[in-house]
Amino acid sequence: MTAPANGEESAAGTPLVELRDLVVHHGQLQALDSISLRVMPGEVYAIIGANGAGKSTLLRTIAGLHRPTSGTIRFDGKDVTGLRPERRARQGIVMVPEGRRLFGSLSVMENLQVGATYSRPGPWTIDRVFELFSWMHDRRGQPTSQLSGGEQQTVALGRALVANPRVLLLDELSLGLAPVVVQRIYGMLPQIMASGLTVLLVEQDVSQALRVASHIHCLLEGRTTLEGRPAEVTAERVEAAYFGLAGAGVGGQPGEGSES
Amino acid sequence: MAWVNAIIQGILTGGLYALFACGLSLLFGVMKVVNLAHGDLAVVAGYVAIGIITVTHIPVLWSFVVVVPVMAVVGYVVQRTMIQGALDRSVLTTLMVTFGLSVVIENGLLQFFTANSRGLGTGLALVTDSFTIGSQIQIAYLLVVIFAVAVVVLLGLQYFLSASKYGRLIRAVADDKEAAQLSGADHRHVFGIAAAVAFGTVALGGIAYGMYSQLDPTTGTDTILLFAFAAVVIGGLGSLWGTLVGGIALGVAQQIGAQINISDEVLAGYLVFLVILVLRPQGLTARRAQS
Repeated sequence: MTAPANGEESAAGTPLVELRDLVVHHGQLQALDSISLRVMPGEVYAIIGANGAGKSTLLRTIAGLHRPTSGTIRFDGKDVTGLRPERRARQGIVMVPEGRRLFGSLSVMENLQVGATYSRPGPWTIDRVFELFSWMHDRRGQPTSQLSGGEQQTVALGRALVANPRVLLLDELSLGLAPVVVQRIYGMLPQIMASGLTVLLVEQDVSQALRVASHIHCLLEGRTTLEGRPAEVTAERVEAAYFGLAGAGVGGQPGEGSES
Repeated sequence: MAWVNAIIQGILTGGLYALFACGLSLLFGVMKVVNLAHGDLAVVAGYVAIGIITVTHIPVLWSFVVVVPVMAVVGYVVQRTMIQGALDRSVLTTLMVTFGLSVVIENGLLQFFTANSRGLGTGLALVTDSFTIGSQIQIAYLLVVIFAVAVVVLLGLQYFLSASKYGRLIRAVADDKEAAQLSGADHRHVFGIAAAVAFGTVALGGIAYGMYSQLDPTTGTDTILLFAFAAVVIGGLGSLWGTLVGGIALGVAQQIGAQINISDEVLAGYLVFLVILVLRPQGLTARRAQS
């Protein structure tokens, strides 16, 4: 309704994730100001923005770790705004949190087992993850604290996948990892997408986001500054939206805005 | 020979102390909650056992079949209703809540059961009999049984934590509550399971103590809780087998103290507790600090 939607996409059916006028506060501080977005099934939806733009807050709010002050979160048409994070996870909203957040005293295998405990039925199993990342099988007994950053990130991804998410939330996959490792992990994305899931990711590395995303959404100080398909937005507009320079606009089409 | 006897008695008593301590250690390890009502819950379990035996005339030894599940359910409910609410505010609040619970239980027991002490299974051969090794070492069957029960409980706990679904979830939640939520685990439920297990073990401790000695409404704090604390600290906070190591160290110290002078028994135990606290605060078995 009031959501600045891409007209062509909204015609395709129910969005898998839909936010309407989401306002989130950290104490007194307003972190997100009236964010609306729609993620369609099968999309790779990238939220970009500088440090402190509110990207992670947005993702964490969708996962249920923050309570919005106002606004609604819909998942597959149902209002999940009041749902606890574990309930959302069991319904298929699964997040790979920033900084991996593996269970440090548990082995690789146990981390995956925890991820699979409340899994939905679906194509992903621990064995399938081992097929995708064969090194993991050989090192399944190791504590995750002994793994490299990239390996830990992969285990965190595997832990999320075995839950058979409908939408996978990826929070700053590239953080603290070497570019080669980041490339390798993002290189896996098509194979993961092929299993029919939808990805909503937060990425500080704009070029990386533009490469993988089917839709980008730029935040600046908690507000939407740009939205559209990577093909529709020019590098100048992304830059302007990212840094808050004049000339950015919301949406691929004129007349849609949330800058009030 | 008297010294050897003291050490043997101390080791065996350590099993009893491990039964007191393992539940306290588990709750601390998982939730960072120091349950000050832990000892009182053991006493409650003992009283429940006495009540059940009086009413149904089941054999004393089998009372645990009823009491342990009952206390486990109580543990789950207490966690979900009282401790979780306090935990959501701050860890310090849990101290207040469990302290309050302790006071309420003690006064409730005083009110309804008077200050008279009660024993469990007095007159039972298992409780009164002992066997001798050589001429000076006399070992009570009961202590051997309690020690064996403690080892079985610790083995069971270890298996539960390392190999079962809920054990894994308990460790995951203890590592990172939020990440566990993102995997679909309701930490409140997982904490409830941990509390159920902890209360189940302390129920065994209460029954064992009722047979070994006498229970009265204040036994919970002035004996069981303090010994449990000492065993946990000596062995190492949050370490399962550490509770047995700590229990044995405490038991041996007490027996050696008693050997020197019978009135030094309890003091000697606490001196070891204090020395460990000062010189090796991580306990005897703890590894280096974990992440």
